[in-house]
Amino acid sequence: MERIVFYILALAIVLFSVLTVTSRNILRAAIYLLFVLMATAGLYFLLNYNFLAAVQLTVYSGGVVVLIVFAVLLTVKIDHKLPPVGNLKAIVSMVLVAMGVGTVVWAVAGFNFTPTAQPATGYDVKAIGTSLLSYGNYGYVLPFEVISVLLLAAMVGAIMIAKRYKND
Amino acid sequence: MIEGIGVTEFVVVSTLMFFAGVYGFIVRKNLITILMAVELILNSVNINFVVFNKYLYPNLLQGYMISLFVIGIAAAEAAVAIAIILNVYRKLQGIDVEHVNTMKY
Repeated sequence: MERIVFYILALAIVLFSVLTVTSRNILRAAIYLLFVLMATAGLYFLLNYNFLAAVQLTVYSGGVVVLIVFAVLLTVKIDHKLPPVGNLKAIVSMVLVAMGVGTVVWAVAGFNFTPTAQPATGYDVKAIGTSLLSYGNYGYVLPFEVISVLLLAAMVGAIMIAKRYKND
Repeated sequence: MIEGIGVTEFVVVSTLMFFAGVYGFIVRKNLITILMAVELILNSVNINFVVFNKYLYPNLLQGYMISLFVIGIAAAEAAVAIAIILNVYRKLQGIDVEHVNTMKY
């Protein structure tokens, strides 16, 4: 059963990723990106990582996609079509991408991943919160503080950049 | 873990997603579509971290934590990038990459 769900999600991810970069209507591309991110959240649910899936749904498909849709509506006319890609450019980039996919799939298929026999522990939100604020072994208090400063800087920077000045 | 599904299947899915993002990054000229391609790339890397954590080191939380931080950084990056795109649109009346060449030479 889980296997079938995985294949459905994987098919949705691949299909909508390709549609995101090939669709000529930019608003549709944003909606396809939303579908990709929601299918990824489905994969996390399938792996029993519930908190991460919730973060993915709220921050990525809730926040980032809404930001992108706002930017699209503010900058592009709604019936605007992106210009078609030139033949030579499309062929060259497809060959490059196919070579990249071939290399990675070949390397991964030849590698023998051995899962550990150790039991899974600590996927509840309490363990995550404790580990985020712990400064012992496997503690993440330093990245936590750094990312809080980064988010503050990004917030101030976004406001300053997007602000309308009087002499514009 | 899922019965019958190994690490390889997940990595193949995330590879296809990554290279779809790379393709969009190369062929598109609109700044917003380039930003969407970057989001695809970041998201595919997240899948890899999560799957390696779940299958190979299920007793630790490292991949999980890195995914959380990557999601936070991606959100910050999207906010700043969209502010820059709006500013470019206001100054140059267009958001294609050909317009943004004042500082090129």
